[in-house]
Amino acid sequence: MNFELTEDHIMMRKMVRDFAEAEAAPGTEERDEKEEFPMELWKKCGELGLAGVTFPEEYDGVGADYISYAITVEELSRVDAALGVTISAHSSLCANPIYMFGTEEQKKKYLPPLATGEKMGAFGLTEAMAGSDASGTRTTAVRDGDEYVINGTKLFITNAYYADTYVITAQMDKSKGNRGIAAFILEKGTPGFSFGKKEKKMGIRASATYELVFENVRIPAENLLGQEGQGFKIAMTTLDYGRIGIASQALGIAQGAYEQALKYAKERVQFGKPISELQVIQFKLADMALAIEAARLLVYQAAFIASEHKVPVSKYAAMAKVFAAETANKVATQAVQVLGGYGYTRDYPVERMMRDAKITEIYEGTSEIQRVVIAANILKD
Amino acid sequence: MNIVVTVKQTFDTEAKIVLDGKGSIDGSGVNLVINPYDEFAIEEALKLKEKFGGDVTVVSVGGERVTEAIRTALAMGCDKAVRIDDPALANADEWAVAEILAKAVSKLPCDIILSGRIAVDDGSSQVAVRLADALGVPSVSSILKLDIEGDAATVTREIDGGTELIEVKLPAVFTAQKGLNEPRLPSMKGIMGAKKKEIAVLSLADVGVGAGDVTAKMGVPKFSLPSPRKGGKVIPGEAPDAARELAKLLREEAKVI
Repeated sequence: MNFELTEDHIMMRKMVRDFAEAEAAPGTEERDEKEEFPMELWKKCGELGLAGVTFPEEYDGVGADYISYAITVEELSRVDAALGVTISAHSSLCANPIYMFGTEEQKKKYLPPLATGEKMGAFGLTEAMAGSDASGTRTTAVRDGDEYVINGTKLFITNAYYADTYVITAQMDKSKGNRGIAAFILEKGTPGFSFGKKEKKMGIRASATYELVFENVRIPAENLLGQEGQGFKIAMTTLDYGRIGIASQALGIAQGAYEQALKYAKERVQFGKPISELQVIQFKLADMALAIEAARLLVYQAAFIASEHKVPVSKYAAMAKVFAAETANKVATQAVQVLGGYGYTRDYPVERMMRDAKITEIYEGTSEIQRVVIAANILKD
Repeated sequence: MNIVVTVKQTFDTEAKIVLDGKGSIDGSGVNLVINPYDEFAIEEALKLKEKFGGDVTVVSVGGERVTEAIRTALAMGCDKAVRIDDPALANADEWAVAEILAKAVSKLPCDIILSGRIAVDDGSSQVAVRLADALGVPSVSSILKLDIEGDAATVTREIDGGTELIEVKLPAVFTAQKGLNEPRLPSMKGIMGAKKKEIAVLSLADVGVGAGDVTAKMGVPKFSLPSPRKGGKVIPGEAPDAARELAKLLREEAKVI
C-alpha cells in the first residue's frame, strides 16, 4: 500500500496547475458569462500533451497512467470546469473507445491527431429517448454495400461543433434492443452530418453542447467500431473509464470552491475577527476538507485500477464518480454559504462553481445510475 | 552549439522563512523550486538549441533534493545534467561553488554558459560572474536579448535607466534578467522523458577538486528576519478633521511631508 504520488505525478500537477492559473484562470468567468468555448486553451492543452495523457507513445500519446490523467482533469477543473470536461470528453469518450475497440488501422488513423490535440473528439450516445436507458436509441444505421447509412439525432453532445472526430452509436436491429446497437467513427464534414441547437446550460457554460443531426450520412464500412451489435458494450465500457474523468472534474471543482472559501474565511472580518475563527465556519471548512480527501482517495483508486487492469474498473469508477460529484455539490454550495451575499454574486467564482458542480451528478451516468452500477456489481459477487 | 546552464534550487518565492534558535534557516517542509531567474536561462538555452542544434547540459551543486530542480529542467527539454554533491560542500561559499563549477564546466564541450542573474534566496549575484572569471571567459550580466552569429554574441543588457548593447566573442557567460523570454512549461511527454535522461552525480574528487582546495573564505554565522510590521493607525472622526490630523501626523510623526 502506497499513498504517495510519484515524482512524475507531482511534476505533472505543478505543470497543469501553473498552466491553469496562468492561462485559464484569468478568463474563466468571462468565458462562462459569454458561453465562449476555450479554443485557444484547447490548443495549448494539446501542445502540453494534455489531450493524450493515457495513450501509448506509438500513437503519439504521452503513455502516462490514469492517475496522471485524473490529476490533469482535476487541476484544469479547479479553475475552469468547462475546460476540464473538454479534455475529459475528448480523451475518455472519443479517443479511448477508439483505442480500446479500434482496429490497428483505425488506431493509426485516428489516435495520433487526437492524442496531440491536433483534432478534437466527441461522443454521441444520448438521445431524446435514450438517456440513462440506451435501449431507447432511435438513431439508425443500415448497411448498404461498403457503407453504413446513418439517420437520427443525438442530444447534449459535449465538444460537438468544435470536435473533428465523433464516436456515435446507432441502432441496427431494434428487435435485439441493446444488442442491436453498433458504434461508428464519424468525421466532421461528412455530407448529411450537421449540428442542431446549442444548449443553454446552467453551468460549464463555456463547454460546447450541441445536437448532432444525421440525414442519410454515408460512412465507409471500415468506420464501424468493434462489431455490429457491440455498440452498447462499447458505450458502457467507454463510460466506465469516462467516469474517472468526470470524477476528477468534480474533485477539481470541490477543491477550487474549498480554496475560495478558506481564503475568504481568513480575510472576512465579522464580530471583530476573521470568520475562520468562528467554530460554525471552521466546521464547514473541516467538512469540506474531509469530503475532498475521501473523494480524492476514491478517484485516485479508480484511476489506479484503470491503469493496472487487475480488476474491472466499473464499480470503482462509479463509486468515485458519485462520491466526487456529490462532494463537489456539497462543497460548492457550502462555499457560497461561507461567502454569503458575496458568494451569491458573479463577482466571486464560487457562484459559477456551484452551477458547474451540478452537471457532474448528471452526465456520464446520473448519481442514481452510479448507484445502480454499484449495486449490480456488489450483488453479482 | 553546446550550452551549459547552471541552476540553483531555491525556496519557493511564497515560502515562509523560519529560523531555528541558532539563526539558521529551517528548510524542512519548504517547497523548493528552480531559481526563477535560472528558468529564463534554461529557456534561452533551449531556444538556442532549437535554432542551432547541440546539447544543453544542466549543472548544479547540491544534495539529493536538487534532483527535483534538475528533473524539471530536463522535463523542459535540457538534454543531460551534472550534479556535484560532496559532504565537503556543506558550508561552501560563492567562491567555492564557482571554483567547483569551473572545474566541472571545463570538462564539458561548451560555447555558451547561461545562468540566472541572481538567486532569489541569498541574492548574491556572484557565482556566474566568478565562474566566468575562473574559466577566463567574458561575462555579461542581466541580459534582455541574446543574438548569436558564428562565434560572436550581440547582447542587450539592462543598466540603470536604460539598456546597453554589447558585442562579445564566445565562449562567454551570460546571466538572464526577467524579460529575456517567457519560460516554457514542461510538457507531459517532457516530464515522462525526464527520468530517462542522464544525471551524472559527481564528487569533488570526480571533478578534480581536493576538499581542501575549496574551503570557504566566507562564513554566515547567523540570519535574522526583518522586524514584524507594526499595525496601522486608524484616525477616527469626520473626514475633514481626520484629514487634518493625518496631515499633522505625516509631518510631525512620520516626517514624510
